[in-house]
Formats: sequence, C-alpha cells, structure tokens
Amino acid sequence: MKVQQISVFLENKSGRLARVTEVLGENGINIRALSIADTTDFGILRLIVDDPEKAVPALKKGGFVVSTTDVLAVEVDDKPGSLSEAMRLLEQAAINIEYLYAFVQKNPQKALVVFRVEQVDQAIRVLQDNGVTLMPSQEVYKM
Amino acid sequence: MYWQEKYETMSREELRELQFTRLKALVERLYNQVPFYKERFKEKGILPGDIKSLEDLKHLPFTTKQDLRDTYPFGMFAVPMEQVLRLHASSGTTGKPIVVGYTKEDLETWGHLVARCLKMVGASPKDVVQNAYGYGLFTGGLGIHYGTEILGATVVPISGGNTDRQLMLMQDFGTTVLTCTPTYALFLAEEAHAGRVDWDRIKLKIGIFGAEPWSDAMRKQLEERWNIKAIDIYGLSEVLGPGVACECLHQNGLHVFEDHFIPEIIDPDTLEPLPFGQKGELVFTSLTKDAFPVLRYRTKDISVLYADKCDCGRTHIRMERITGRTDDMLIIRGVNVFPSQVESVLLEFGETEPHYLLVVDRRGSMDDLEIRVEVSEKMFSDKVRGLEDLEKRLRARILSVLGISAKIKLVEPKSIPRSEGKAKRIIDKRLME
Ligand SMILES: [Zn+2]
Repeated sequence: MKVQQISVFLENKSGRLARVTEVLGENGINIRALSIADTTDFGILRLIVDDPEKAVPALKKGGFVVSTTDVLAVEVDDKPGSLSEAMRLLEQAAINIEYLYAFVQKNPQKALVVFRVEQVDQAIRVLQDNGVTLMPSQEVYKM
Repeated sequence: MYWQEKYETMSREELRELQFTRLKALVERLYNQVPFYKERFKEKGILPGDIKSLEDLKHLPFTTKQDLRDTYPFGMFAVPMEQVLRLHASSGTTGKPIVVGYTKEDLETWGHLVARCLKMVGASPKDVVQNAYGYGLFTGGLGIHYGTEILGATVVPISGGNTDRQLMLMQDFGTTVLTCTPTYALFLAEEAHAGRVDWDRIKLKIGIFGAEPWSDAMRKQLEERWNIKAIDIYGLSEVLGPGVACECLHQNGLHVFEDHFIPEIIDPDTLEPLPFGQKGELVFTSLTKDAFPVLRYRTKDISVLYADKCDCGRTHIRMERITGRTDDMLIIRGVNVFPSQVESVLLEFGETEPHYLLVVDRRGSMDDLEIRVEVSEKMFSDKVRGLEDLEKRLRARILSVLGISAKIKLVEPKSIPRSEGKAKRIIDKRLME
C-alpha cells in the first residue's frame, strides 16, 4: 500500500524545475502527481512517478539531491466531508500528518489524496480497519 | 624513519650553532650579492658583522611579497644567472608574478627535504606516489616530483585535474600515496564514492596535502573517505616550495626543517617576534638557499610554533597547521573570520558537504555574511521543517564559533564552483564597490 514519493531539493532560481522535468522526460519517466513546498530560498519538489526506481538514479545523475519517502494514496469520494473523515481517523490514532496533496484521476467520482505521515504502517492499519480505500502503489504508478 | 637522521635529530644546541653559522654566512652573502638587502641593511644601520648571535635575527629587516614584486624578475637573486638551473613563479593574479630561482645545489636540497617529508610519514621506495599537484611554474608539482625520485619511490606525474584519469590510474597503478591540495582530494573522494571506483582496487594509504589552509575537520573527512592518513605539508615558493615543513605520523603540528629555515612568529601589527605558543604571522629565513635566499620573509600565513619535544624523535620545532592567512581573513562587523572556521562547523555537523562559499556584503553601514552551503543527500529530507531546522542549528553554531550571525543559504549540490587547485571560499562584495 505504500507509494514511493520522490523529493528533490531545488534552489529558487529559474530553470531548475524545468530541468527536473527534462531529466525525467529524457529518461521516459511519466509524472503522476507533483507538489512543491517552498520557502524564500529553496523548494522541495515532491513527485509521484510511474517508475521511481528509474527516476531516482536519473535525477541523481542529473546532479540533484534526491530522497524517497513512503506515502499513502487515499481514495476519497468526491463529496464534501469525505477527506475530513480520513484525517479524523488519523488524528484519533495520534498519527501526525506531515503534509498532504491531492491529485486527479480518471474516475471523476473519486479524489486521490497523498498523505505523508511518520507512522506509515500504523496509518495503513487504522485507515483500512475503518473502510478507507488505499490505492496500491502499482495502480498509482500505472494511473 | 629518518631520511637525514643527523640533521633531523640533532640536539637543540647543535642545531642553534648550525643555524648561527649559516645565518652569518647568509647575511654576508645577501649584503654583498643583493643590492636590495645592502640598501635595507644601510637603512637600518646594520653591518653583517653586527650579527653576533642567533638572537640578533630580530634586528634584521623583513622581506615582503611587495619587495619581491618590486625586484621582478631577478632582483633578489644572489648568484649569476648562469648558475640558475630552474625558475618558478607565482601565478601573479595581482600584477607581476614573483619569480624564484634554484641552483643545482638548491634543487638537491629541495629534493632531500621533500624526501624527508615522504619518509617521515612512512613512504618508501615501494610506494607509488600519484602527484596531482600542478606541474609547471607552480612549485608544488615539480617539488614533490623530485623529492619522490630522490626517495626512490615511483612517481606518477599526472598533475592536477582530469579526474576520471586520476581515478583510473589510481586503481590501475595501485597508487599508495596521493599528493594534491586537500580540496582536490575531497573532490576526488566525492567522485570515487559516487561509484566511479572499485574500492577493492584502491590501495591508497597516505595523502600528503598542502598549498591551502585546511581544518582538522577536513582532515577527518579525508581520512574517513579515503581510509588513509592525511598529512599536512607546508611550503611556499618564496621560501622553497613544498618541504619547508611537514607533519610526522603523530600529526601534531608540522616539523619545520630548522637546519635550513628559521621560523618566527610575529605580531603582524607591531612586527615584534612572539614567544612559542602564541598565534601570529609566520616569518621564514632561508639559511641555505644559493640562488634565491630570503631574510625574514613575511608569509601572511597565521600559525603558532611549538617547541615541546615530539614523540617521533625529531628535534625540529613544530608549527601549527595553517588555518588562515592574514589576507584570507575577513573582518566582518569588527570580528576576524577565517573560512576554515566555517569549514570546521560544517564538517562538525557532518550533514553537509564541505563545499561552501562566504559572501560578504554591506547593507548601509552593516556587514552581512551569507554562507552558502551545498545540500547533501544525508541532510536532505522531504520536509521543509527538517531543512529549516538544519539552517537554524548551523546559524546558532556559526554564531557561537565566529561570534557573528550569518545567513545560511542552502544550495544545490555542485552549484559552488569546484577548483582543482586552491578553493575559492570568499566573495567580498564590499571590495567591489
Ligand atoms: Zn614528530
């Protein structure tokens, strides 16, 4: 159920994000989702790609500092309140959410949200026990 | 483990006697052969005969880098040109270079002093020395080269740069000793660890690094990354080249070869000699050089001299590794700052690559220090908080070590220019106004 997210350190200067996408493109890697957290000086680009095992060495070779993190892809009904349910479950289990971001998928009835938590295994258990759908990694990569 | 045991272990009394005899002869020679010195002696009202003991050294005039420039190219030579076999020169980034010359005897002396250095850190004729100091007018390359040959070890005269080739030959030739600047050794290590070598084929055991100031933390990094003993060697072309001083395996300061050089530490402001154990500017008098002797040459390097006995048995006093230069010293908001201090903080954290750049600027009447630090894999995380926390901890440590606050700017790896020779650590925008 764990999905590999790739994080890339980016200096806040023009052309760096373009370079990342270029490197991925040159290596035939598709981006599934991305989000950027930035400060005045630097940004952290977080990516879900179709082939993380190929993407990491390619980015490193391109001169980027890269790390990988296990995240969860939670499928929620596309209606008000359904995201908060998953969040409440984690909160009750005292699992801290570091950050989250959403991405679209082909099924318009469902939304997909990426959760980054410290206690991944515990989070999987809590969510699954309460009937929340987690999307398997292979499906996320194939999307 | 001595190369010239008689000289390396001679008693302090004998050594002082030898120094005095040589100093007297030097002063005589300078007075008679080099008009520049004759004039200086006259200005000070000194005659060669006034030198009655080693202590009289302090009455003799200093020589500065400017003096060497002013007498460009051969004004300081003490022998006719037909006796000069070799010329070396500084890069001369600020105007005319400084030119130094060597007679046949000078080259021999030099070779033996470098051989002393190699021998004292355990090198022998069985070793393969990969010499990655630059060859050419710079004294590093050829200085180490001839010393290695005199020792009888195998020298690989690869010179600086060409990293792929360096790593290839290191494996194929079974290099056991690497000689280059510490910055370049670190760069090579970085490349080697990036999967560019087969570690089973790396036979390196000693690194002899010099030509730029470096810190203990840098030494630790080099020793860990290469799995070697990292030895500090010291020399400058104005005084000889590499081989003026070198660490023994106790790595407790560099033995200055006192039978050939008299080191002094002076207060750079008052120019008064300072006692052992006190920090100041290093000054050298070369006792035996024929072609280009110097009297009390001000190196601008900052060091300390120690006279306590070393366990290796050598009687020559030791100088502390050079951690800064008077011209490398930044004065920021009235505080003296050396790049090496920043370097040791960064390495102490162990989370960052020791590639950094100090950028000083003036905003209004206030000096601003920004320290650019390359982010390494080890410290990077997907959380902004993690990086901000690192910046905060670095800032706090810099404040406590330097006594001033600095802005820490994390930058991408390899974004600070690498150098194959001496690293550029400072951009002082205040000077560009
Ligand atoms: Zn010693």
